Amino acid sequence: LVFTEEDIYGLYSNLLFKYFLAEGVVCGHDLFVASAKEHPDNILKELPAPLLGDTYRNELGEEATAVKPEDFQDSMKIAWRYQNLPKMEASPTTSTKFGHYYDVSKTMSPELFQSIKWHSFYLPEELSSQPKMKTCNMNSAYARLLQSIQRIIYQEGFDGSDPQKKQKNILRIGIQSLGSMLWGDDICSSDTPEDIHSLTKFLYVLRGLLRKSLSACIITVPAHLIQNKAIMERVTNLSDMVVGLESFIGSERETNPLYKDYHGLVHVHQIPRLNSLICDVSDTKDLAFRLKRKLFTIERLHLPPDLSDTVSRASKQDLAESAKLLSSGCGAMAIGKKHLDF
Amino acid sequence: QGKFTLLRDTRTDGSFLVHHFLSFYLRAGCKVCFVALLQSFSHYNIVAQKLGVSLTAAKERGQLVFLEGLKSCLDLLFGEEEEQSGQPSPLQFISESASNLKALFDFVRTSLTPAGSDSWKGPVLLVDDLSVLLSLGATPVAVLDFIHYCRVAVCSQLKGNIVVLVHSNEDSEDEENELVANSLCHHSDLILWVEGLATGFCKDVHGQIKIIKRVSLELTAEQDVVQIYQYKIQDKNVTFFARGLSAAVL
Repeated sequence: LVFTEEDIYGLYSNLLFKYFLAEGVVCGHDLFVASAKEHPDNILKELPAPLLGDTYRNELGEEATAVKPEDFQDSMKIAWRYQNLPKMEASPTTSTKFGHYYDVSKTMSPELFQSIKWHSFYLPEELSSQPKMKTCNMNSAYARLLQSIQRIIYQEGFDGSDPQKKQKNILRIGIQSLGSMLWGDDICSSDTPEDIHSLTKFLYVLRGLLRKSLSACIITVPAHLIQNKAIMERVTNLSDMVVGLESFIGSERETNPLYKDYHGLVHVHQIPRLNSLICDVSDTKDLAFRLKRKLFTIERLHLPPDLSDTVSRASKQDLAESAKLLSSGCGAMAIGKKHLDF
Repeated sequence: QGKFTLLRDTRTDGSFLVHHFLSFYLRAGCKVCFVALLQSFSHYNIVAQKLGVSLTAAKERGQLVFLEGLKSCLDLLFGEEEEQSGQPSPLQFISESASNLKALFDFVRTSLTPAGSDSWKGPVLLVDDLSVLLSLGATPVAVLDFIHYCRVAVCSQLKGNIVVLVHSNEDSEDEENELVANSLCHHSDLILWVEGLATGFCKDVHGQIKIIKRVSLELTAEQDVVQIYQYKIQDKNVTFFARGLSAAVL
C-alpha cells in the first residue's frame, strides 16, 4: 500500500498518480480509479504518453521516474516502483530498464486503453446506491469504496477465487485525495473529528484486500490538512510505503539557492519490509523532484557547485545555513531502518 | 514462566523481535497463540522459514494457533450471513459500537487452554501489534483490559508467557498509544526497547536495543537492570554488539 502525502497544491502528487496509472496501462494491468473530486474518465484522458524506443535516452540527462498515478486502481506492488528510482549518476548509461518513461507534455492515446480493462469509482455517482456490506461505523463513502473494490477483486478473479481463469493479471488501484472533505470525512477540517477511526479502519480493510489479491494501490492524501497528527502516525503504521511530497511553491524555500534547481522535496517516511527481516536501504535520504518540460524526475539533493567568486559573504552564509538545515533534516529523518535512502 | 515481555519500538521497526520470539518458542515446543494483526500469514511464514521454522507445519500439528487479523477482518465485513452462525469473530469489536475486546480474549483463552491430548510445554501468547487495535477503534482502556485479562489467564492460571509489541514515540502526538505503551511498561517483567540511533541513519548499525529487566517489581529493593546493545539486521540473522563496536568500525 503506497501512501502519498500530497503537496499543498496537489500538482505534483497528481503527477505521481497519473504515472502510476500510466504504467499500469503500458504493462497491461487492469486499473481501478477512485476519486471524489474529478471524474475518473477525465483523469484517464490526462495520462502521460509513454516514451518508447530511444527517444527517452536523449531526454534524460539523469534518470527520472515520474510517477503520476491518478486514479488507477492498481494493486500494491508499489515498492518496486520506487526502487526504480535512478541512482543519481550523471551518465545516462546506467539507467535501469525498470518500468517505462513518460512524456508529460503529451497525453496517452486512446488505443492503449483498448487492451486493458478499467473500472472507476466516482463518489458523486455512487452516492445514490445503497451499501450492502456492514458499514461497521465507517464513513459511508469509504464503505462504498471498499465494497466496490472487493466486488471487482472478486468478480475479476484477482483473489484467485476463480480457478478457471488462466491468465493472472494485476489490479492497480489508485485513490485520489482520500480523507479530504469530499469523501465526507472531517479529519481535514477539525481538530477533534467525529470519527477518527474511519480512515484507519478503511486502510486496514484495504490492506487485507490487497494482501489477499494480486493488487497494488496508491493513495494520495492531503496530509497537510489533517489536523490530528495521531492519525498520520497510525496511517504510517498501517501502510507499506509512505512518501511525502513537499513542493516549494509559495514557501520560502522557493528562493533558497540550495533548492533552485528543484521544484520540491521527496520525503520517504517508510519503505516496505515484506517477507524478510530487513528492507532495502540505500545511501542518501535527501531526494528532490523537478518537473522539466517533458519529464518529472526525482533525484538526490545535492548542493549546487559554488563556482562564483563574487558571492558575497551574506549569501555564502545563507548557503551554509541551508546546508546545515539539510544535514539536520537528514539526521532527523534518517532514523531507524524504515527510512529509505536512495 | 508466567512472564510478560513488552517489545517496544521507537522510530524504527521492532518486528524482527516478533519473528525471533515466534521461532524461538516454536522450537522450544511451546504452544503458541499468535495474534498477527499487521501482516499476512505468508509474510510471517516466509521469514520463519529463513529462521528455520515452518509455520504451516506447526499449525498442522496444532502447536500454533494463528489469528490472521487482516483475513478475519475481511471475513467479518464481507462474509456471508450463514457464516455468522459459528463462533463469533474475534475481531467483532470492529463492527460493533461498543469497543469490547472480550471476543478476542475468549479466542485467546480457548486456543491456549490445554486440551487433554496436548503435550506442549507452556502456552505463549504473541501479539503483533497492539497499536493496530487502537487504529481499529478500540479504546485504550479496552486494550489494557484485554491485556490484563490475558495476563490473568495466561501468566497466572496457565503459567505461560506473553510477548506483546507496541509502537511508541517520544514526541508522538498519539496520546492513546503512548498511554497504552507506558502503562504496559509499568507492568512488564522484561522490556525490549528498540530504537533508531539518535545520531541518524547508519547502514551498518540499524539501531540499538535496550533490555530492561524489571527486577524492581520483585520487591527486593533492587534497581532495574538495563543493558544496551546495538544491532544490525541481516537476511537471516540479527547480530548484536556492544555500543560502538560495530564491525564497520573495528
